[in-house]
Amino acid sequence: MAEVKLIGTSQSLNCIRIEWALKLKGVEYELIEEDLLNKSPLLLKYNPVHKKVPVLLHHGKPIAESHVILEYIDETWKNNPLLPEDPYERSMARFWAKFSDEKCIFGVYEAAWLEEGEEKQKAIQSAQELLAILEMQIEGKKYFGGEVIGFLDLVVGWIPRWLNAMEEVGSIKLLDAERFPSLHEWSQNFIANPVIKECIPPQEKLVNYFNFGISYRRSLAVAKP
Amino acid sequence: MAGEVVLLNFWPSTFGLRVRIALAEKGIKYEYKEEDLSNKSPLLLEMNPIIKQIPVLIHNGKPVCESLLIVQYIDEVWNDKSPLLPSDPCQRAQARFWADFVDKKVYVASRKVWRPKREEQEEGKKEFLETLKTMEGELGDKPYFGGETFGYVDVSFIPFYSWFHAYKVLDNINIEAECPKIDAWAKRCLQKETVAKNFPDKKKVYEFVAQTRKKYVSA
Repeated sequence: MAEVKLIGTSQSLNCIRIEWALKLKGVEYELIEEDLLNKSPLLLKYNPVHKKVPVLLHHGKPIAESHVILEYIDETWKNNPLLPEDPYERSMARFWAKFSDEKCIFGVYEAAWLEEGEEKQKAIQSAQELLAILEMQIEGKKYFGGEVIGFLDLVVGWIPRWLNAMEEVGSIKLLDAERFPSLHEWSQNFIANPVIKECIPPQEKLVNYFNFGISYRRSLAVAKP
Repeated sequence: MAGEVVLLNFWPSTFGLRVRIALAEKGIKYEYKEEDLSNKSPLLLEMNPIIKQIPVLIHNGKPVCESLLIVQYIDEVWNDKSPLLPSDPCQRAQARFWADFVDKKVYVASRKVWRPKREEQEEGKKEFLETLKTMEGELGDKPYFGGETFGYVDVSFIPFYSWFHAYKVLDNINIEAECPKIDAWAKRCLQKETVAKNFPDKKKVYEFVAQTRKKYVSA
């Protein structure tokens, strides 16, 4: 039996997506919980370049960066494929995954952490424009992967709970069911899946996590306008 | 597999150069279209409406965007020759990791060299060199990042060498002295026809960089 370990934290969206992938493939693994404020020698040894989670250890060999890990998992355990077979469809899934991680999450975070005012309103509008783009991608489909959960669903999987938590802490409402019916429905379907539900952190934990992060971010803005 | 291939590009782009080299490695014939980024064509805006950037590969009318995604697409479709990614999943993961490092760290640090204030430029230079030294550590004594053969990480990183001369003249960053293994590796890559034929002239790149920098950096 292959030995699989995951160095991660239970509230990091980048780590949970790896747990989802492993569970969807029925891969047994050991989760090694990391304290990011006091990084372990293990993490520093296995990800000396970025010193970040998640890090997957397979047969003792480390793999870092969540998209890289997801593709590795998909190539190593071929049951329940996450990425489409067709190269063009694969490139599209990867493109939207990059878009979600590089634009959407930061757009939402920006709208959340900014204090009330014109800038916050602009950020809210931008974030909703980004969500509108994702809405177009999910329209007419049950999941981004089609009939079953796939790579892009796992990458966009921050929406059901992490986005909610950011909305609560930032006192904003972005994922409006009326404006984004398909994304909203996808979100409900996704989180209802037993494998997904099993790993998702409770709302309060994420609210605490973002409260801490956003307060700190706001304090930096005050110190250095 | 064949079919019509079009590349939308801007000649000094290190990202576009990745795609040109990948296409050359696979011996793919394509139509090249130069974009004026100050006046983007309707084709570019239609094919990449989200990011509106080059490079864009259009294969049988369908667009693929983002340079590393394009290189992977090329490798997967034209899989009968010159594989760029290794076949072993663990080695593939390492290759993807390092190409991602080039984007997230090397490129980002290289832009910091252009920060408006002097002390920020110095900080940027230091960071840029550190990222190059990290790449040098990863290269080790191998002829290429891909091992014995030119591969995905080499394709991802070699285009940045086209800007090294500009960095030397404009910013006094002597990569040849600071990272001799990287310099040797780059020269080795340039002995390959697929790289040499597509590489832009270093003086033209220098002129372009010098012109563009004026917008960002005070005299």
